[in-house]
This record gives sequence, C-alpha cells and structure tokens, in this order.
Amino acid sequence: MKVKKKTIGLVVYFILLMLPIYWMLNMSLRSNADILAFFTLYPKNITFANYIKIFTDSSWYMGYVNSIIYVALNTVISLSVALPAAYAFSRYQFVGDKQLFFWLLTNRMAPVAVFALPFFQLYSTIGLLDTHIAVALSHCLFNVPLAVWILEGFMSGVPREIDETAFIDGYSLPRFFITIFIPMIRAGVGVTAFFCFMFSWVELLLARTLTVTNAKPISAIMTRTISATGLDYGLLAAAGMLTIVPGALVIWFVRNHMAKGFALGRV
Amino acid sequence: MEKWPNNKAWFLVIPVFVIVAFSAFIPLMTVINYSLQDILAPGQSVFVGTEWYKEILSDYRLHEALWRQFLFSGLVLLIEMPLGILIALAMPKRGWGVPASLVTIALPLLIPWNTIGTIWIIFTRPDIGLFGFGMNNLLGIPFDHTASSLDAWITVMLMEVWHWTPLVALLAYAGLRAIPEAYYQAARIDGASAWSTFFYIQLPKMRGVLTIAFLLRFMDSFLIYAEPFVLTGGGPGNSTTFLSIYLVKIALLQFDLGPGAAFSLIYFVIVLSFSFIFYQALLRVGKGETV
Repeated sequence: MKVKKKTIGLVVYFILLMLPIYWMLNMSLRSNADILAFFTLYPKNITFANYIKIFTDSSWYMGYVNSIIYVALNTVISLSVALPAAYAFSRYQFVGDKQLFFWLLTNRMAPVAVFALPFFQLYSTIGLLDTHIAVALSHCLFNVPLAVWILEGFMSGVPREIDETAFIDGYSLPRFFITIFIPMIRAGVGVTAFFCFMFSWVELLLARTLTVTNAKPISAIMTRTISATGLDYGLLAAAGMLTIVPGALVIWFVRNHMAKGFALGRV
Repeated sequence: MEKWPNNKAWFLVIPVFVIVAFSAFIPLMTVINYSLQDILAPGQSVFVGTEWYKEILSDYRLHEALWRQFLFSGLVLLIEMPLGILIALAMPKRGWGVPASLVTIALPLLIPWNTIGTIWIIFTRPDIGLFGFGMNNLLGIPFDHTASSLDAWITVMLMEVWHWTPLVALLAYAGLRAIPEAYYQAARIDGASAWSTFFYIQLPKMRGVLTIAFLLRFMDSFLIYAEPFVLTGGGPGNSTTFLSIYLVKIALLQFDLGPGAAFSLIYFVIVLSFSFIFYQALLRVGKGETV
C-alpha cells in the first residue's frame, strides 16, 4: 500500500509540473483574439498561425539559430579548456592548486548582473559586441568553473593506477589522455556538456546585454510580442514552446547517462 | 592516496586560468575602478573614495531589497529542500519509470529563464490563466499578481518552487542511488523502520549532494533576475524587486555607474561570505553525523 501512495504522490507532482507547460501549449495553438475572447481548457479552433509566423519570419527564427550557435560554441570551449585543467586538479599537486580551485568556484557565485555592464564595455572595446563568440566567452565565466568542478569529480573516481600503468607502457600524456582516459569518463563528459548547454541556453541577461541584432538570442526577441495592440499571447506562447524543444531533445539524449552521472555525486 | 607533486601541471590549467581571468579580472577591475570614481562624462572623472559605498549602504531601497532577498532565499530553501528529498524518495529505482521520471523532472531546468517568466504570466493571469482564472472564478478568491503584493509574492514563490525543486530532487536522487544495496539489507536484518532507515542511512549518505544542492539553491535564488523581472518587473510597487533587479535598474537603466559598481561589489561580498559560511557549517554538521 505504501508504495502505491508514493506513486500517486509522484504522479500528482508530475501533473502539477506539466500543467503550466500544457497551458502555454494550449495558448500557442489559439489566435490572440480567440485567447482574449473566452476561457477554455483546451484549444477549440486549433491554429498553427503562431508557429508559421515564427518559422517564416527570419527576424524570429534567426533568434533560435543565434542561441544555438553561441550555446554550442560555449559548450565546446568550456569542455576543451576544462578537460586538461580538471585532470591537473585531480592528479597533481602544484603551487596554488587549492586557491585556484576556490577562486574558480567564486566565479560561479558572482552575480551575473554585476558583470553585465563591464562586459558590455569590455566587448565593445575589443570590437566583439553583437557576435556569437562574445556571448559564448562571457558564459565561460560560470560554465568553465562548473565544468572543471564536475569533471574533476569524475576523474577522481578513476584509480590512478590506470595512468601509471599506461605511462609504464610508454604512452605519452596527451595520447593516454585522448585515447584511454577521455573514453573512460565519457559519461562525465556527457553530463558536463549537458550542464554547460543548460546554463548557457537558459541565461538571458548577458546574452541580451552583449547583442544588438546579429547575434540576438531568441529569449531577447520574445519581448517583441508586445505591440501597439497589447501583448500577443498566442505568438509569445508559441515562441516559448519552441524554446523548450532543444532542452527537451538534450535531456532525451543524455537520459541514461544522467542517472549514471548524477549517481557519481557531483552535480 | 597522495597526489603527484608536479608544478608543470600549471600548463594544463593555463587555458582555464586565462579564459576565466579574462572574464573575471578585467570586469572586476572595471567595477572597482567605477566604484571609486564619479564619471561626469566619458574620459572625465573625479576620484570620490568611499562616497558611493556610503551612499549605497544608506540607501533604504537597498535595505528593503536585501531583506526581501533574504526572505525569498530563506523560503526557497525551506520549501525546496524537503520537497526535493521527498520527490527523490518517491521516484522509482528501476525499470522504465527511471528515465521517464528523470526526463519529466529535468524539463523545467532546461527552459530559458525568461520563458519561465512567460509561462507563469500566461498561467496566472486572472483573465486567461488557468491558475488565475481558477482562483478568481472557481474558488472565488481574488487573485491578481499585477495588483496585489501578496499575490505577486505567491506567484513568484510558486514559479521558483516549480522551476528549481527538480534540481534538488535530481541531486537527492543521485545521492540515494549511490547507496549500496548492502546498507538496506543490513537495515532490514536489524528490523529498522522506514524512518530510522531514512535518518541513519539515507540522509547521512546524501550529505554531499545535499550540500551542493543547498549551496546552488542559495546562490542562484540570491542572484535571481530574469524570472521575476519578466513576471512582475519588480512590482507591484517594489514588492518583488530583488537585489539583481534593483542593481540592473541602477547600473544599466539609470546608468549610475558609481553607485551601481559599489552595489555590485557589496552584493558579491555578501553572496561569497554566506556561501562560505554555509559550506563550512554544512561540512561540520556532516562530520558529526557520518555513520
């Protein structure tokens, strides 16, 4: 009986979790006039006009392309710099290692709002304002420390005898690292990529501050639905629904790794 | 196991150091620079010392925002931590239910923060939202987050709990999965009740992940910006103006660089010191409880 009660509780929680998302889906399938005219639990006259508008208007769909470009860039940069560093932290003792590790983590705690203004000036000085790379680099501020932290946890789970054996067998450090070590911690790399993707994808303030038109993320473009006639809820809801899709896809791909990765105890 | 002493390891860390230093040192220096000067025009500034700090520290709106922020973060931790643990305990341990519930739970975490705000605007508006309409017309409770401060708070709290409890649940679930089956077998042989299994095995074993969850939730709720900004814009009045919202108002909208920079640094120091204190405290509590 006890197990039953648990399951019922969980199902109720899942329904509550999905309800707001369902509501947005409901709105996205109705026209704005329809939404404002009457209240209904499900769309009676389904229209895809909102979605069609987003997919045919380049100022809309380019927002998604921009977001995906800088998120992908950020994930690649974060992983490629964090992998060797995490290895150093998990295997070697060197001058200032603990201080450096703590300093990295403090950047994860920095209020993003603090950095918005100096970043704007920094990137306009070096002429990178309104480029994808600027947003990707600025997101490294919180993603690189996180990536180092997670990867270090996974790497410390691999016994050091494996490294020693490989070195005795004549492997060089880079070759060992790429051909043996990274494949061993691929679940960790997957989890790290997942978190880098997640935090870069959901961030708004820096992405909005550092872009004007060419690299503007979809989340900033969504504010355009406020027009002279008021808020276009249908269009806003459709744009919102589409921002959920990439995240849902990523979760689907890492779902099996996620359980394993989480089980190792780092984020 | 001792780590290998080798200072050449710095070469492996240099890329990280350079990339984070570029994003951290230069802006931080800029902020410190601004906080000590009055910028009258581009290229024309006067050194004002600690003037801005005094001004900001005596700003009553900052005090209000700070207490609001503490209340918010306190409530968030109070609600999300137990709820997250409960959900993790209820989640299935094997079978098709595992990926299904993981995917469902992780979904809110992958939604961009301003979309979260949008979802909750649409969900709670009294005219078109399921929640707002239901409260007003079915239960007869007047509810409008754009007009009443209390309703705005309730909406922001609901949104926050909806959005971030999954993170606590996922971490707690990971901690639970890492407990070897032998511990449960031992507990069964000893005839331990569900409660004592929870208090003497599961909770101590989850200490590490719960510490991380607690710190992440504290930091992120203390830094919250986009969701309440989209949902309420800090209003009605200033009732949901949290620290970040107030800071952005000063620094980016009014362009008061000096006070904004001083504010930034004070903010940073508060977050840093609280996280450090919590971290130390949690480590100490944990040591006493380890089985």
